[in-house]
Amino acid sequence: MRAMTYRGPYKVRVEEKDMPKIEHPNDAIVRVDLASICGSDLHLYHGLMTDLRIGHTFGHEFIGTVHEVGPSVQNLKVGDRVMVPFNIYCGSCFFCARGLYSNCHNVNANATAVGGIYGYSHTTGGYDGGQAEFVRVPFADVGPTIIPEWMDPEDALMLTDAFSTGYFGAQIGDIHEGDTVVVFGAGPVGLAAARSSWLMGAGRVIVIDHLDYRLEKAREFAFAETYNFNEYDDIVVHMKKITGFLGADVAIEAVGAEADGNLLQHITAAKLKMQGGSPVALNWAIDSVRKGATVSVIGAYGPIFNAVKFGDAVNKGLTLRMNQAPVKRQWPRLFEHIKNGYIKPSDMITHRIPLEHIAEGYHMFSSKLDDCIKTVVVPNAS
Amino acid sequence: MAYTAEKPVPPPSSDELRARIPGWGADLDPADRPSFPRESLDLRPEGAHWDFPERQEPDGPRERSVEHKFLTPVFGTAQPLTGISGVIRRYAYDRFSEGRAAHWLLLIAGDRVDAIESHLKSFATFRPDNPITETGLMAEVKRHPIRSRFGRGRADLRHTWIDPILVAGPWVLTGWLVLKVLRPKR
Ligand SMILES: NC(=O)c1ccc[n+]([C@@H]2O[C@H](COP(=O)([O-])OP(=O)(O)OC[C@H]3O[C@@H](n4cnc5c(N)ncnc54)[C@H](O)[C@@H]3O)[C@@H](O)[C@H]2O)c1
Ligand SMILES: [Zn+2]
Ligand SMILES: [Zn+2]
Repeated sequence: MRAMTYRGPYKVRVEEKDMPKIEHPNDAIVRVDLASICGSDLHLYHGLMTDLRIGHTFGHEFIGTVHEVGPSVQNLKVGDRVMVPFNIYCGSCFFCARGLYSNCHNVNANATAVGGIYGYSHTTGGYDGGQAEFVRVPFADVGPTIIPEWMDPEDALMLTDAFSTGYFGAQIGDIHEGDTVVVFGAGPVGLAAARSSWLMGAGRVIVIDHLDYRLEKAREFAFAETYNFNEYDDIVVHMKKITGFLGADVAIEAVGAEADGNLLQHITAAKLKMQGGSPVALNWAIDSVRKGATVSVIGAYGPIFNAVKFGDAVNKGLTLRMNQAPVKRQWPRLFEHIKNGYIKPSDMITHRIPLEHIAEGYHMFSSKLDDCIKTVVVPNAS
Repeated sequence: MAYTAEKPVPPPSSDELRARIPGWGADLDPADRPSFPRESLDLRPEGAHWDFPERQEPDGPRERSVEHKFLTPVFGTAQPLTGISGVIRRYAYDRFSEGRAAHWLLLIAGDRVDAIESHLKSFATFRPDNPITETGLMAEVKRHPIRSRFGRGRADLRHTWIDPILVAGPWVLTGWLVLKVLRPKR
């Protein structure tokens, strides 16, 4: 089968690989119909995640058709069209049993500090991902859901990670009616978080980025008030000014390890890998909110230390909340919101490319060329 | 003002927001928010018809974090450990917990060694690594490199110049070293 593979930092290609096999009785093999490239994949692409082995296939956002099922699979049959959450999880461990699906203890031998994720290095379990023609889906009775007849497949694809994660990020921000919410990052996850903040009853939603075309999308897609941080000498002071010197009630950090805006932090972290990611956006979030606020962190970081302004967070009495999103928990409610016409996740998609062009797709997304926001990859189009 | 009890910039009224934004306040009640509460035994997923899953058969010695009691019942088999990078990585897993910086720094070292080993190995195959196609540079031709980058207030322009050095640097350096070694001494 054809699959995207990692060849070292900033290098990927498409290769012929062996078909994935059923390795556990509850596995399924899924033929991928659509996949997409996530901002998290950029952390891999830039070599920021640990134990990322050459030959690894990325891709944790995908929908597909069941091709084969293991002997203990009860809920899926060959031919079913499924959406697969990016989390791999058993459904029965201490954490799964309490709803922490993204923190499963039974699927990642390589680390206890993170659960299982498709195509996200051996630090998240060593599973190849869905930017390929076929993919192994463990615990097929637990994660995948049959795509409802009425749902646009591209909406289903956006729910496998990006939109569900943004929706989750808004929830852990603990938004109250009338709150001022500031979202750092106008990528797909930030856009979804900003859009979702209104569902929770926000009174004002502000989005910060340095890419004007994404801020335009934030105004259109998420009805947000936007600021380009590169146009201000100090974005934290600007946030204070526009909130009457109080600060926002809630911040959502949807940037993660490659955060820009401070040359020293960006270069030591994103380029030289001396930190587990650049904490610029996280520090801005901590400093932009009011005392007693909640900071929701959904941006992803590597496992080594970061230069985070922890003292400010303590002294301001902040609540810091964060996690990898437990995706499937979000679905029943998001299905309703889509059905009611409140949200249209696929409106974030800007590009559709065949799998064979994936190296160019990564370069375009990484360098933010051609006003790229979200790229869908079509494996069988070639 | 923040210096008195009122909120300095009051938000628009809820009616106004409801009229302007589709779905405004649909999840106002925390009970409607699927991630609230964070943890509850009511949230156990449907579909798991086991208390502890059946165990996947390991193919060989599978590395694991020393913070795990045993090999997890399910694990990935995407790229088993091989070569010198495999030795480094196994040492990181066997010797250091996730709490130790050495664990992660060794894994990062393993990644760099793996890249070198794999590039070298690729030259013995019919498909050697090709830095031009693998970096997706062709996107520069088709995807408006100038218009996308300049005159738009992008903060990353200050350090974009580092990327080609990081990516091409090791290749250029290796090429130079190879030439130096191969050139007959005069
Ligand atoms: N927690 C989870 O479950 C989860 C799931 C998916 C993605 N993520 C993470 O969410 C983050 C965003 O993902 P995405 O797909 O939207 O990525 P993306 O790369 O498309 O978006 C990131 C955006 O942040 C902007 N940015 C950079 N520095 C900034 C700064 N200092 N302040 C404000 N904005 C800044 C960038 O210009 C870009 O538009 C990534 O770190 C990703 O790994 C987490
Ligand atoms: Zn993702
Ligand atoms: Zn579990």
